[in-house]
Amino acid sequence: MTTTDISSDAAAPFLEMRGITKIFPGVRALDGVTFDLRRGELHALVGENGAGKSTLMKILGGVYPYPEYGGEFFIESTVRRFESVRDAEAAGVAVIFQELSLVQEMTIGENIFLGREPRRRFGIIRWDELYSRARQLLADLRLPLDPRTPVKNLGIGQQQLVEIAKALSQEARLLVLDEPTAALTDAEVETLFGILNDLRRTRGVGMIYISHKLDEVFRLSDRITVLRDGRTVGTEQTSALSEATVIARMVGREVGDIFPVPDHAQGEVMFEARGFTVEDPNVAGKRLVDNVGFAVRRGEVLGIAGLMGAGRSELLMAIFGAHAGRADGDVLIEGQRVRIESPADAIKHGLGFVTEDRKRYGLVLDQTILNNMTLAGLARISGRFITNLDAEAAAGNRSMKELRVKANSVFAVTGTLSGGNQQKVVLAKWLLTNPRVLFLDEPTRGIDVGAKQEIYAQINKLAKSGLAIVLVSSELPEVLGLSDRVLVLYEGRVTGEFTRHNATPEKVMACATGHTQHAV
Amino acid sequence: MSHQTNEPVIDRPPVNADVAPVPAGVELTRQTRIGSFKIPTDALRAYTMLFALVAIWVYFNFATDGIFLDPRNFSNLMRQTAVTGVLAVGMLMVIVTGNIDLSIGSLVGFIGGVAAIAQGTANGWGLVPTLAAAIIVGIAVAEAQGALVAYANIPAFIVTLGGLLAWRGVVLGMTKGETIPISLPGFKAIGQQFVTRPVGLGLALLAVGAIVWMNVRRHRARERYGLGKMSVLNLALGIVLPALVVVLFVLRMNAYEGIPIPVIILIVVALGGAFLMQNTTFGRYLYAIGGNPDAARLSGINVRTHIWAVFCIMGALAGVASIIYTARVGSASPDAGNLLELDAIAACVIGGTSLMGGRGTVFGACLGALFMASLDNGMSLLNVQPYSQYIIKGAILVTAVGLDMLGRKQG
Repeated sequence: MTTTDISSDAAAPFLEMRGITKIFPGVRALDGVTFDLRRGELHALVGENGAGKSTLMKILGGVYPYPEYGGEFFIESTVRRFESVRDAEAAGVAVIFQELSLVQEMTIGENIFLGREPRRRFGIIRWDELYSRARQLLADLRLPLDPRTPVKNLGIGQQQLVEIAKALSQEARLLVLDEPTAALTDAEVETLFGILNDLRRTRGVGMIYISHKLDEVFRLSDRITVLRDGRTVGTEQTSALSEATVIARMVGREVGDIFPVPDHAQGEVMFEARGFTVEDPNVAGKRLVDNVGFAVRRGEVLGIAGLMGAGRSELLMAIFGAHAGRADGDVLIEGQRVRIESPADAIKHGLGFVTEDRKRYGLVLDQTILNNMTLAGLARISGRFITNLDAEAAAGNRSMKELRVKANSVFAVTGTLSGGNQQKVVLAKWLLTNPRVLFLDEPTRGIDVGAKQEIYAQINKLAKSGLAIVLVSSELPEVLGLSDRVLVLYEGRVTGEFTRHNATPEKVMACATGHTQHAV
Repeated sequence: MSHQTNEPVIDRPPVNADVAPVPAGVELTRQTRIGSFKIPTDALRAYTMLFALVAIWVYFNFATDGIFLDPRNFSNLMRQTAVTGVLAVGMLMVIVTGNIDLSIGSLVGFIGGVAAIAQGTANGWGLVPTLAAAIIVGIAVAEAQGALVAYANIPAFIVTLGGLLAWRGVVLGMTKGETIPISLPGFKAIGQQFVTRPVGLGLALLAVGAIVWMNVRRHRARERYGLGKMSVLNLALGIVLPALVVVLFVLRMNAYEGIPIPVIILIVVALGGAFLMQNTTFGRYLYAIGGNPDAARLSGINVRTHIWAVFCIMGALAGVASIIYTARVGSASPDAGNLLELDAIAACVIGGTSLMGGRGTVFGACLGALFMASLDNGMSLLNVQPYSQYIIKGAILVTAVGLDMLGRKQG
């Protein structure tokens, strides 16, 4: 078992990862990453969205089993090749993912021992032992909770702590925490930090801490490793680093010339959102967006930057009348206040919304390109009730040529297309509603470079033709390369606004990690 | 995914279709290869269904020494199909949105009871008010159930399971457990009479004209959009085959006493349903709602209203089916319509409808209804014991869904 005297072998790494490489079809997600962790250490792993942090942790946690990756990793100098999450757990590695994996209908005790219940013969569960052990674990963490409480009655913060108790019950010696504070209140964050420090000191548990919040990272960590585009940029003692250096390493990438230089002649204000506040539909009172407003001119591209969970998509969804929870705010189109209570209202007032996650929100994959393209604008294209297939096919064919969708005909099934072509179909769907304002949420996620460039060219063309465009993207170069103006969100609030000229990756990333800066 | 079994191979489009131009002649629609022929998978499904239907017809006809397809029995078979067929058209629409209606069997019984009592000696309503009452009751009930599904977010399975029990109870109470005879001659005629032979021939002529006109129109549309000309052979086949089916059908019907009125009603309902599903925004939205409700909602479609409306249509068609059923039997009995919902669901599923929503055609559902009716009719002629009939029908249903799942996985 773990020794409590951690000073003697603190220098020898508990975990060592060498040359880890992971390739998804068409994408090199990790490229020779090295990483190590000492006993009792809290090692922060930072990087932009898509830098490869979660992928690395999924390899360590057995989610991507051996041999689906390249390279090797060692725990206590022994090569480990996990073929399942179980293997990883048996070796003392516990990963607590962003999406909690507790069964809501079960009690705390049942969750902690799920699949490992203390049993008698014939698989009969020893409930008394289960609950007394669970009580002991909760007491160790100084959590005033009854193990018979159903998990669904707990707040997100408490659920997170139950996950940690579960990890401890497996005698985890390595804890991976992926954005653990994303859903927590300030008080809950303090409790969590107390417990984490405690575990490191008294039990020598090593921790890998993934977070976008640099203040937390600097407060907690011993060392910081920066990942960028699937590679290790560097590992250093936290005390030797400044936030500015870390930010520079996170973004240190050249903005290539794949972005056409925009010269949008801007007109009058086309669209304005005022005082938008959006609540989490699952957690009453938690604000995902807090009093955010912005205006976009005719012919302008407004970029909204921010890290995952900053509230960007929720803001657009709420404006579009599609947010599930409470949302307040005013929408003005050409200076006129309009009421938008449903996507149908939004479309009627000239809004179009290329949503993120095309497979989930954008397309009916079973249906033809034509049916998808005309879904939002069908009544406009082909008559209110009886559809005119001729007019529809004509519109579809025109869009297909304009956007250069590569398929044999408009009657091809959308699910058979590549990601880039699917994305063009979604774009075509919204252009066929004849919008005046177009929201684009992660319009190039998961598509190849060639298709990306085509989408960029379209965005510029649409802006030139007088549309007001709002662009949300997690790829900083994309936001900076396409936008006339950039708004930065952090935790649901605007922390910065930049014109094209004075927006640098460093400044935007600083705002996106919580440093307020107004530099218009 | 690898092909571990010897299922038909599906052509996959090139993964990098972004970069590589699509070579001419490569279809990106789903296709299944049989020998050297490539057939769109959807069409194959329909043909498989037709083939299975023809196969059991040939078998039953052979096993019954020609009784199965003789004019009298064939006319009966068609009439039997009518009730299930009308219900299957409504059920198809409900299932396409990803919902289900289990209450319609009981609802058919309930509506029949209402109609029988309305025209009975105590009330003495005329034909038109009686029929109107039947359809209005159907819409009213389904409207309430649909509202619970669409606006109160109660799963359709639960709401209509409750309906299945509750409306059966209402029928029992209303009829006091007794059978109420239909005395209006006009009412009975709906279930038992035929259109005269010349009228039947006239309708056949009209249908052939419509088939020609539609094919020519489609041919022109294809040319206009550069989708490639249909070959003359294809065009001729597209006209000749359906026209032949229509003419043979009417001649067979006329060999007995003409086309039964229930069959005419089914044809009207099926054509109306097919038009609604294929040629209106309403139908298109139903497929989108079933295929991806999130995408439908974000595209500005009012999902709740559409689901509610589809239940209302189902209710109206339950009214129509109940009129045919009650008129054919000549009375309303407490157990009328029992298990009809399952026949309708089975018809849809056998006709290629996916219970997960988003896929299915009116044509397929009607073929499915004909298939189910043929099984019933044929097995009765062969004096198959009722217990075996249930087992055989159950096995066929499960097989059909199993094939559907296989098709899904490959897609």
